Amino acid sequence: MTYLAKNLTNGGRELIAFRIGNQEFCVNVMSVREIRGWTPATPMPHAPQYVLGVINLRGAVLPIIDLSARLGMKPAEPTVRHVIIVTQVKNKVVGLLVEAVSDILTIKDEDIQPTPDMSSEFVRTFARGVLAIEGRMICLIELEAVFPQTESEAA
Amino acid sequence: MDMNEIKEIFFQECEEQLAELESGLLRLNDGDRDPETVNAVFRAVHSIKGGAGAFGLDDLVSFAHVFETTLDCVRSNKLEPTQEVLKVMLKSADVLADLTNVARDGGSVDQARSAQLIRELEALAKGEAPPAAATAEAPAPRAAAAPKAAPAPKPAAVAAVAAPNDQGFVPVAFSFDDFGGEEEAVIEHPAYEVVFKPKSELYTKGNEAALLLRDLSRLGEMSIHCNMDSLPPLDQMDPEAAYFSWKVSIKTDKGEDAVRSVFEFAEWDCELDVLAVETGEGAEAIGGDLPMQPVPFDLSALDEEPHAPLGVVEEEEQIAAAQEAVAAAQTASNVVQMAGSASRAAAADKGAAAAAAAAQNNAQQASSAAAPTIRVDLDRVDRLINLVGELVINQAMLSQSVIENDSNGVSSINMGLEELQQLTREIQDSVMAIRAQPVKPVFQRMARTVREIADITGKSVRLVTEGENTEVDKTVIDKLAEPLTHMIRNAVDHGLEMPEKRLAAGKSAEGTVKLTAKHRSGRIVIELSDDGAGINREKVRQKAIDNDLIAADANLSDEEIDNLIFHAGFSTADKVSDLSGRGVGMDVVKRSIQALGGRINISSKPGQGSVFTMSLPLTLAVLDGMVVTVAGQTLVVPLTAIVETLQPDAAAIHSFGATQRLISIRNSFCPLVDVGRILNFRATQANPVEGVALLVESEGGGQRALMVDAIQGQRQVVIKSLEANYTHVPGIAAATILGDGRVALILDVDAVVSASRGQPLHLETSLAAAG
Repeated sequence: MTYLAKNLTNGGRELIAFRIGNQEFCVNVMSVREIRGWTPATPMPHAPQYVLGVINLRGAVLPIIDLSARLGMKPAEPTVRHVIIVTQVKNKVVGLLVEAVSDILTIKDEDIQPTPDMSSEFVRTFARGVLAIEGRMICLIELEAVFPQTESEAA
Repeated sequence: MDMNEIKEIFFQECEEQLAELESGLLRLNDGDRDPETVNAVFRAVHSIKGGAGAFGLDDLVSFAHVFETTLDCVRSNKLEPTQEVLKVMLKSADVLADLTNVARDGGSVDQARSAQLIRELEALAKGEAPPAAATAEAPAPRAAAAPKAAPAPKPAAVAAVAAPNDQGFVPVAFSFDDFGGEEEAVIEHPAYEVVFKPKSELYTKGNEAALLLRDLSRLGEMSIHCNMDSLPPLDQMDPEAAYFSWKVSIKTDKGEDAVRSVFEFAEWDCELDVLAVETGEGAEAIGGDLPMQPVPFDLSALDEEPHAPLGVVEEEEQIAAAQEAVAAAQTASNVVQMAGSASRAAAADKGAAAAAAAAQNNAQQASSAAAPTIRVDLDRVDRLINLVGELVINQAMLSQSVIENDSNGVSSINMGLEELQQLTREIQDSVMAIRAQPVKPVFQRMARTVREIADITGKSVRLVTEGENTEVDKTVIDKLAEPLTHMIRNAVDHGLEMPEKRLAAGKSAEGTVKLTAKHRSGRIVIELSDDGAGINREKVRQKAIDNDLIAADANLSDEEIDNLIFHAGFSTADKVSDLSGRGVGMDVVKRSIQALGGRINISSKPGQGSVFTMSLPLTLAVLDGMVVTVAGQTLVVPLTAIVETLQPDAAAIHSFGATQRLISIRNSFCPLVDVGRILNFRATQANPVEGVALLVESEGGGQRALMVDAIQGQRQVVIKSLEANYTHVPGIAAATILGDGRVALILDVDAVVSASRGQPLHLETSLAAAG
């Protein structure tokens, strides 16, 4: 949080950083609606493996994506310590299951470094840059690419 | 608020006016001769015309204008609203509705039809009027009462004329000079005499009498006389009241319509008389309305304008009624001078009668007119409904955890919770009621369909509606129109016989189609019946055999044969319209009724007609469901799809080929569908004997036995969209939230059944073998 305090006066954009395994990722705070604890989801038939199912978010049916599986890593085994980041892209609201929220960052655009030139599908699909903050490496991911329907539309 | 929003409001109001127009015309058609009904009809057309004029919708304005003119003749009793006249008017109302829709949504109208109706309306306005030339030339209402013409007097008026004659009174030519002093020197030959008395509403609506008079002055040479007699002493003056009236003599070659059109948008907020004054004798009329007029001249009733005899009239109805009385008295006594009290009495009687009629109107309106309403965005209501649904679920969760943690069960928390439960239920009911609306608008639209089809087919049809105030959720109402239109079309086209045939069968030439709506055990039941020939079962049966729908030697009950018309095969063949039974598109009807969560039934008696009965849910927001367990998951199966449930025993299950299994139910075989397998919840088929079979009927009419693990019970569930945040899921219709706050999926029975027929449920996994 020290970083946040230091940069608030400078303006710039705010990001929410979270952890999956030993890696850190972040998304723009403007697309985050709320953060809540894990509750068991109702599985969906014929859903891709990374769609854990749907939960009830104050009357709306909210699909939950296992972000770890979505990014091509080991599928999560959700526990009560896991959190769901409720995000909104365009008019759809989707919950992302992550291990923990780690930080809120205020950065300037020039702080975002281009993703290292790698051929992995992960980089091409989800990564939109990396941040080097206090010795940590945080990957900025593209929410739209994470959402299942955008994927199916592209397919 | 931008122009488009204002326009949208105008169109919404148009819809209301059109509904008002149609219901008014139908009331007239049923023999209602209440002047207020005529007024309401006239006002509806007038308002549409006014608004359309403001938006420059010329087609709409010109049609409405002709329509209005003809209605005006009815209003002024020059045109008797006979069935023939009303037929034209109802059609005109249809065209007006078309024009409004076109103005809003684009598209085109049947030009020939509207042109034809304009001609018919004009003919009515001219042709049907009384022979007196003056009236024929002047379509405006009170011009008809112009001194010379003597249109057919009303009974009361006849009495008024007769009475003085009996007493030996002789008609005396009335001389304007008798009223002397006050009057300005009259223009040599004024063409029109305009009496304009604004009500205070005129000013509150931002109109300005001076501007109107200035507009009037542009029409020709005129002289204005302001009547200040009703001006009270300064200390009693209400600054917002209207005290002045004006009398204008104007000579113009523009015609009476031009004079009236000056006051077009002020017409309801003022009292306006335009009298066509003819040279010489026309002058009589001029003095007639002088307020201090002491002579019991016929126009004495006009005193009402400055010194209202009914007291200070506020109610528009009362004014209208009084004006009726005036007009009648005027008409009746014409230029007869009646010196005695007889005429006064007669006029007073008439006035009292009119007032009574007005009072009756008020009462009628109070009962028929809706209570004050507000317009609300549907989104807002939906949000409210959502929140209340959430409240109900939360309340249930809270209750459950309190019960679990409170062993004695009598704590004050428990009591409070019970109260909360009651309150939430009441809130839910009230919120649901917001969306509920009477089915009336849909029924009214059907009246139009009947008229059109009757016209095309040359049949004479009467539509009777019942229970049109029965309320249903708006979404249901919106989706009801299409199947109903289809069915009405069928009922008139195929159900009813031609008039000759009906007469030959000993029925009246006019066929009757009856549409009723009523509530029955939490659902709405809509019944459409006709007194036609009924379904020709022999033909239907033959048709079904020809189409390979049934075997040639199949033994079907009458009911089963009737229900064949819902089969898809019946709608596609082009010979269908020759069928004396029904058939066109009934499969579509059935599907749309089913899509609404409803069922449709038919019962037909040869020679006596057919009855279609639809049972629909009151709202699409909630659904009656069977809550079941499948592979550890909770699913909801819509109750409407389920025919029966049964516990299969081993002997009833038959293997059929490698993977398929059938269950025998009362000597027929029905394919078994494992829901858990078809939704990919498990890899292998469950043992049917350990589960429960739900016998379902799909849209295609086919039956399937859906295998689930267990039934938890029946429940009303609130339907939640999956598509809103996710995508469409094959085999799943929607989702809902159960009492424990978890999401349960609602099964799409039709999709599951067709998947079991071999159409893959999902592109990736072909499940053809599963059923």
